Amino acid sequence: MRQYNNSYIIGFATAVCLVCSIVVSTSAVALRERQDRNKVLDRQTKVLVVAGLLEEGQKATAEQVEGLFNDNIRIRAVDLASGEYDDAVDVNTYDQRKAEKDPDMSRAAPPNNAGLTRVPDVALVYQKVEGDQVEMLILPVEGKGLWSTLYGFLALAPDTTTIDGITFYEHGETPGLGGGVAITVIKGAAGSAAEDPYHVDGLSGATLTARGVSHLVQFWLGKEGFGPYLEKFRAQQGSVS
Amino acid sequence: MLEHYLSLAVKAIFVENMALAFFLGMCSFLAVSKKVDTASGLGAAVTFVLTVTTPLNALMYNYLLKEGALTWINPAWAGIDLSFVRFLAFIGSIAAVVQVVEMALDRYAPKLYSALGVFLPLIAVNCAILGASLFMVERDYTVGESTVFGLGSGIGFWLAIVALAAIREKMRYSNVPPALRGLGITFLVTGLMAIGFMAFAGIQL
Amino acid sequence: MNAKRKGALLDPMFNDNPIAIQVLGICSALAVTTKLETSVVMSIAVIAVVSLSNFTISLIRNLIPPSIRIIVQLTIIASLVIVTDQILQAFVYDISKQLSVFVGLIITNCIVMGRAEAFAMQNPPIDSFLDGIGNGLGYSLVLISVGFFRELIGAGKLFGYQVLPLVTDGGWYQPNGLFVLAPGAFFLIGAFIWLLRTWKPELQED
Repeated sequence: MRQYNNSYIIGFATAVCLVCSIVVSTSAVALRERQDRNKVLDRQTKVLVVAGLLEEGQKATAEQVEGLFNDNIRIRAVDLASGEYDDAVDVNTYDQRKAEKDPDMSRAAPPNNAGLTRVPDVALVYQKVEGDQVEMLILPVEGKGLWSTLYGFLALAPDTTTIDGITFYEHGETPGLGGGVAITVIKGAAGSAAEDPYHVDGLSGATLTARGVSHLVQFWLGKEGFGPYLEKFRAQQGSVS
Repeated sequence: MLEHYLSLAVKAIFVENMALAFFLGMCSFLAVSKKVDTASGLGAAVTFVLTVTTPLNALMYNYLLKEGALTWINPAWAGIDLSFVRFLAFIGSIAAVVQVVEMALDRYAPKLYSALGVFLPLIAVNCAILGASLFMVERDYTVGESTVFGLGSGIGFWLAIVALAAIREKMRYSNVPPALRGLGITFLVTGLMAIGFMAFAGIQL
Repeated sequence: MNAKRKGALLDPMFNDNPIAIQVLGICSALAVTTKLETSVVMSIAVIAVVSLSNFTISLIRNLIPPSIRIIVQLTIIASLVIVTDQILQAFVYDISKQLSVFVGLIITNCIVMGRAEAFAMQNPPIDSFLDGIGNGLGYSLVLISVGFFRELIGAGKLFGYQVLPLVTDGGWYQPNGLFVLAPGAFFLIGAFIWLLRTWKPELQED
């Protein structure tokens, strides 16, 4: 049995660490760009599905997705409190979730049913445009489900009172039950616009997840969320400013 | 605040039980559950390691690894994102903590140490420990939340493994078909236990 | 191929199946098998990691000091898993999101560590590589069978394609939700073990 002296052990350990770190770092750096592109594509695909331009689960190439997105969707940054567009923000790099956690770029949320603790000052709004006409507003929304935060997109018709659909791209609900909230794009599920436009009918076996969805829709369409922006938008009668 | 921690703990112990809902720690779960005392010993060891490593890894991730974490050393390093090393870093810290636990048990509880045998070092590769740290990263827990989550997950695992051991001890006197004996019937029983734990899914505190 | 290598490659399929007999690698077998697609990707990832780690560890087996043996193995395995994770995120992003934490958990997948300790430390590199592939294949066999039944019975789909028309879409099949959830996987593996041990009674325990 060979005796291993301490310097050998340390030398060996260092060598292993060195080789492993080189291999790992090389792969991380080489693939970083592809991964970032994937994340952007993923977000764009989700927006396109809500906008009705892509079928849920439809396979599309990266070029197709990018093409559809660039042709039909405009991203604008909106200051939530005032409802005004904030054109100083670079919409392609603005990370809303990170801003939410940064005390300089967000504020504490008022008491609400959606379980939100902070609200970002600036939010992104995706507009489905046909030429210069806005056909649909797609708003990023989030709120507490049963056990996790649901992140999704809410699509509004230009009259801002009809919900065209809602889809969730991230959640941690019970797979198979509340988890169904991500699988089903609930299109046109809102009741008649006159009575109770912001009510979700239901998701069987997942009472609390569905309730969470109702609450978050109420929050983000209300005055603490996109309310001020929607009022201004209605005032301009849907024309793009 | 307390409510938040309490609901986090209840979720970790019952609803999202590490062993029965997420299937983590299965290997030792199935192998060490033949007797209640060893099962309980393993459960205790796993709980301790979880409660220590999850917040430790949270600290490491938040202050060293994630994007922008290194700003407290040098603000110019805000762009550095080392999160891809997290697997190695977490496993390293877990292995170190397990080594310490091993030495402590050897000194202060030698009977438990020999009863656990080879499964003690195997806690280092117990998916439940690494899994808890990875969930912590995914759900962005603070250090406080990580501690509660680690403790809750450990208690849940402990609960599940002791229950299974108790059932298996009783089953030694049952007439199980030869091809199902041992591993086969254990899987079926665990499946039934998992159904039982699903009953907790609707709890909200 | 000599007998030993053939044995290394074929034994783990049934006689020495890592999941059903050696009781290794259970965690991921249960968790990622809700869909056939994720099962296949996970299988490929595990085959790659086990065979490469076996090969690498076997190459340096006579150089590793015993006192740091476990941590050296873990480092090599973890590095391989990180690279695999990077590749998955770069080339099959949606699937990698579904696999989420379970790719990282390949590190703690007992099969990888188990084979490293039991085989790679005592055998030459090529044999170890084949043993890795063999065990990976045995693991995949269970994963794919379980994934097949879980997706088929649980949702009527295979690889995302609707094979059995659902009642909600005007068909006849009422999907059995139990199979998509945790307990279904336990029952399926229990059944697999039952069948295996009935077919090969020498594998039964008392």
